[in-house]
Amino acid sequence: MNELRDTADVGELIQYIVIKIDEEQYGINIKFIDNIVRMQQITRVPKVDDYLKGVINIRGEIVPVMSVRMKMGLAEEEITNKSRIIILKTSEGDLVGIIVDQVNQVLTLGSNNIEKVRYDDKKSKEETTFVSGVGHYDGGLVSILDLDAVVSEKEIKEKAASAS
Amino acid sequence: MDVSQYLSVFLDEAKEHLQSLNDNIMVLEQDPENEDCINEIFRSAHSMKGMAGTMGYTRMQNLTHDMEDVFSDVRAGKIKIKSADIDVLLQCLDAIQGYVDNITENQDEGTEEHQNIIKSLADIRNGVSGDGDAAPAAAPAAEAASGDGGDAAPGADGASDYRAIRLDPSVKSTLEEAKNQGKNIFGVTVHIQESCILKAARGFLVFKGLEEIGEIAVSDPTTQDIEDEKFEFTFSLILITDESKEKVEEIVKAVSEVESCDCGEFDPSGAKAAEDKEEAAPAASAAPAPAASAAPAAAAAPAANTPAPAAAGGGAGGKKPVGKPVVNRTVRVDIEKLDVLMNLVSELIIAKNSLISAANTSGVSNVNEQIEYLESVTTNLHESVMKVRMVPIESVLQKFPRMIRDLNKTLNKKMELTMTGEETEMDRTVVDEIGDPLMHLIRNSADHGIESAELRAQRGKPEVGQIFLHAYQDGNSVVIEVGDDGNGIDAEAVKNKAIEKGVVSPEQAALLTEKQCVELLFHPGFSTAKVVSEISGRGVGLDVVKSKVESLSGEVTVKTKLGEGSTWVIRLPLTLAIIQALMVVIGNEKYAIPLDSIQSIEDVNPADLKLVENKEVINLRGSVLPLIRLNEVLDTESTRSPDEDMVVVIARKGDQLAGLVIDELMGQQEIVIKPLGKYTNKCKLISGATILGDGEIALILDTNSIF
Repeated sequence: MNELRDTADVGELIQYIVIKIDEEQYGINIKFIDNIVRMQQITRVPKVDDYLKGVINIRGEIVPVMSVRMKMGLAEEEITNKSRIIILKTSEGDLVGIIVDQVNQVLTLGSNNIEKVRYDDKKSKEETTFVSGVGHYDGGLVSILDLDAVVSEKEIKEKAASAS
Repeated sequence: MDVSQYLSVFLDEAKEHLQSLNDNIMVLEQDPENEDCINEIFRSAHSMKGMAGTMGYTRMQNLTHDMEDVFSDVRAGKIKIKSADIDVLLQCLDAIQGYVDNITENQDEGTEEHQNIIKSLADIRNGVSGDGDAAPAAAPAAEAASGDGGDAAPGADGASDYRAIRLDPSVKSTLEEAKNQGKNIFGVTVHIQESCILKAARGFLVFKGLEEIGEIAVSDPTTQDIEDEKFEFTFSLILITDESKEKVEEIVKAVSEVESCDCGEFDPSGAKAAEDKEEAAPAASAAPAPAASAAPAAAAAPAANTPAPAAAGGGAGGKKPVGKPVVNRTVRVDIEKLDVLMNLVSELIIAKNSLISAANTSGVSNVNEQIEYLESVTTNLHESVMKVRMVPIESVLQKFPRMIRDLNKTLNKKMELTMTGEETEMDRTVVDEIGDPLMHLIRNSADHGIESAELRAQRGKPEVGQIFLHAYQDGNSVVIEVGDDGNGIDAEAVKNKAIEKGVVSPEQAALLTEKQCVELLFHPGFSTAKVVSEISGRGVGLDVVKSKVESLSGEVTVKTKLGEGSTWVIRLPLTLAIIQALMVVIGNEKYAIPLDSIQSIEDVNPADLKLVENKEVINLRGSVLPLIRLNEVLDTESTRSPDEDMVVVIARKGDQLAGLVIDELMGQQEIVIKPLGKYTNKCKLISGATILGDGEIALILDTNSIF
């Protein structure tokens, strides 16, 4: 009964995988996640943007892997045995892998527990471009990754243009 | 009725019929007496009319109906097709094509009535045949009369007996006509065992078997319902055939799980007799038939007309060259299903490769036998799957004879097109794409290649210009040559034009060889036609041809001799998905180089390197080749020390060669080309990737973009 009432209060329940990039925790909506794999040999592709680390083989399909840290403008990750590649399924159905430092837990959040990031805030700090909201849970706060921003090609071009 | 689900079938069939009409009318132009051809045209026109009517495209139906009428008269010997009529008929086909195109685009046939064509068609009929006017009047009357007969069969819906099949007026007239031609008409009722699971499949097999010996006029329930299993365990049909009743029974019973088959002669005009469920005695039924068809006609039209249909029936019945219609027995397969199959085969090849690498590392030798077996299986499987995807190039070539015929008139030149190798098969995707480039080349030959009649006479060439298209398979590629015996390409004119257009500077132009000049033709925005004609010379064409062919991983070259003609040669790979490749190591990375593009592999001593214009070159058996260090191109460190011998892969691009320096050779392997995922496909040097036996990825180098 309690649970039912809670559900009503927090709105639609969505599960998030909580990952660690740098020292920050990020949540990724589970519906975008195809698979989580251990770090493996990444085949480098020449002449592409730096943050594209290369391609890996996921069930016979060639999947590009990118470093979110480098895309966010952070230092390149150190690969540890906690590093994982999260295989995301984009809205167009393509698979893209992102390297994260650690996968922590699965978290269920109600939509009412997530505070949307206002547009002004987004503009002010560069790395928050990748965050679509902030979720509150017992253990604290978690930033919800804006996956469209992470994997969108348009964003990449704009950033590349502004960088050069 | 919602017919949208049938739209694609309708369009496919309409296109097939149009093509067949086109072909046959062209044959008819050469041989106006060809009866097979006339019959075939009539059949196609008739089917088109029916289809258009069913789909509710009335304008298209009207037009095809009028065309059918013309051929109905031709068939009956009332009129003869003259060459002027051919033009009208072809116009009519174009108009129908227009409808089909409209329907393809927006499911609507458009509003064009084509009254002028309808009138011209009517003129053809009136022009020669005096009683042309009366005949149509008689026909509906006959139809109406027989229609009454058909409708009179009461409560025949859901019948489980062929005697109770309800006949449409049109079906009825078809049957009567067939009967007049001396064919057998059988009613067949098939009972399928109640234990049968796949009723539809059994039904399909019965239909397929019977269609081989004749034509199924009508079935109850309809074919569609039978395919959807919307029937109990019994269905009936009426068959028009030359075969005997025993043969029909034999065919039906040959299908497994058919319990029994009830077969008997069916009398179209005696449909009323269905009520008593008595099989009319053959003698009795034969008598009313001619009477029934003759009487209404006589009633509706002056007596003078009645002999005509009768004579027609008799005439056609006497010669009766009626075999089964020549149609390709094809199954339309969704290309996605084939892609899935293809992917499975790819997986299998990967599995095979991993077995090989496992065997190599673990050193177990008796696995080899198994691997060899697996290898032969996968190779066969690959080949057969590829064959499923292969279609003859014919489908794109079919439209060219007609095009040349039209160009003859518009350009006022006499030309003839010879084609060989129409049966050459290529991957479906390639065939779909190659039509436009070929059309450009043929038009180009017609417009620029073939000279005017006077010039041809001066040069002592035959009056009729020859344009040819030869397709053939050459190893792992398909070659299509398009050429003419015309003017050839004037390299000087091309050069001057190129300078004028600013494609090259005069200084650059001076250095160009004749061959390079000719290749300027492929430059975007280039056209040498002095007068822009509607056929070519819009400045697009050859560059489009080139980019299209290259997008299909092919190449196009031209051979020409001024005054004697030119030949364009298109070379395309047979298959796009699986290739033979040379595996190499550069830096510490593995790459695949397609074997097609490799000429040879050489060991080169660094001391033999020369510098030309500050670029490294090697002298290979007398020819000087540029040397490209792949580790530099690919931003990686070479693992070889500078004074070691270099391994150089001599790669070919068109007729240019270049030496590609690699670190190590791994060997030759069959690889499955996988597209590089999003983002990473920006790299021009890499055309794709493949998965090696151990699951590792190797990138495929596109040697064409390296030099």
